[in-house]
Amino acid sequence: MAINTDKNGYTIFFAIIMVVVVGSVLAFLASGLSERIKENERFEKQQNILYAMGVNENTPDSGVNFIPTDVVEEKFNEKIKEQYILINGEIKKDDQAFALDVKKQIAAFKSGKEAKLPIFVGEKEGEEIYVLPMYGKGLWDAIWGFISVNKNMVVQGVYFDHKGETAGLGANIKLRFFMDDFIGESLLDGNSYSGITVSKTNNDPLNEDKEDNEVDAIAGSTITGNGVTAMIKETLKAYKPYLETIRTK
Amino acid sequence: MALLSKKDTNLILDPLADNNPITIQVLGICSALAITAELKASLVMAISVIFVMGVGNVVISLLRNVIPSKIRIIAQLIVVATLVIVVDQVLKAFAYELSKTLSVFVGLIITNCIIMGRFEAFALGNGVWRSFLDGIGNALGYGVILVIIGFFRELLGSGTLFGIPVLGDPIAKTGLYSIGYENNGFMIIPPAALIVVGIIIWVQRSRNPALVEEN
Repeated sequence: MAINTDKNGYTIFFAIIMVVVVGSVLAFLASGLSERIKENERFEKQQNILYAMGVNENTPDSGVNFIPTDVVEEKFNEKIKEQYILINGEIKKDDQAFALDVKKQIAAFKSGKEAKLPIFVGEKEGEEIYVLPMYGKGLWDAIWGFISVNKNMVVQGVYFDHKGETAGLGANIKLRFFMDDFIGESLLDGNSYSGITVSKTNNDPLNEDKEDNEVDAIAGSTITGNGVTAMIKETLKAYKPYLETIRTK
Repeated sequence: MALLSKKDTNLILDPLADNNPITIQVLGICSALAITAELKASLVMAISVIFVMGVGNVVISLLRNVIPSKIRIIAQLIVVATLVIVVDQVLKAFAYELSKTLSVFVGLIITNCIIMGRFEAFALGNGVWRSFLDGIGNALGYGVILVIIGFFRELLGSGTLFGIPVLGDPIAKTGLYSIGYENNGFMIIPPAALIVVGIIIWVQRSRNPALVEEN
């Protein structure tokens, strides 16, 4: 007997069955894959932190080459010596700093609420390097990353990423030619924390002038570049109490 | 006995050229503009659409006699959205790097007119096997155009293919850049895709005048 699919009762019955089936399939999939997805996210974060402190597999002509996923956990434990959190201007040692949701914590800091800001202290070639997470806003959506400095506030490396900047334009902030320009720049101008400006007027394509607190912008991505500048300045504002302590060490 | 009859073969081959969803039916233009600045994104988007459309057509064909006509569009949307979430989650679990490149683009598959168009025009009225072939054929037709657009946009806009520099180094001025060539920034923005699509349509119709509509 053919089903009369035009009846209202049947339509409601079909909709309910469909929602239950689809909901079950997606719930099953999400629970089955969530562990693996979380593990991938953890490895990615470790790769990004190590990249920002200059631990990577880049060659002079290569693109961005992270430490491979299968060894990144081991490398992270070897290179990152301490983890801290900055809370209400006080610094506390905390091995769980890695697990903090930077997006939430920085949003809390910006709105004046209590925030736990993570800090990673690594060691590279005998020198202590301080890695700070960043979170900001690009043209279309969020941008984020990590910046590492030594005790003289000279940048050792950065890593930037984005959610939805324009492919070929703002999305290029995560390419090596842009990120490499930050290495060697100082966060200080004299004695004040000026940060680094992504400048359209720097006019220094190879970025050899490291004393100007400026790096070259990417053509066609002014707002994403401004977002990067603002993100670094916000990070400095948030972490200033900690940076002051390491400068006077 | 051949695996595919002549009719079945046409279901795969027609959308590649003379009944191409982008250049002839002018569907799926939005995503073709949005994601083709890089060849890699074009290719992975094409593969994802082949999966969503192949499986989606099969599911809709299986359900064609039980879907109430009043809510058939909603049912089709649920099928495509479910498949897109499946693709997204599987990529995140097993091809994490790729899933990051495609994070925004995979979601865009839901808005792809070709998929809803094939569900509505073919899968609702045909058997499972033929619907599967129709889905694969149309997705391949879409993918071929995406890859062609991605190739020209990335090559002329960034001087690279799959991110590998092929025209030289624009900063150190090597390769073509040493004789004054500059990357064309216009190719990176979406309107350039429209121009490339227009050129493909022009070439296709000049080679086959039967495709030209009469006024």
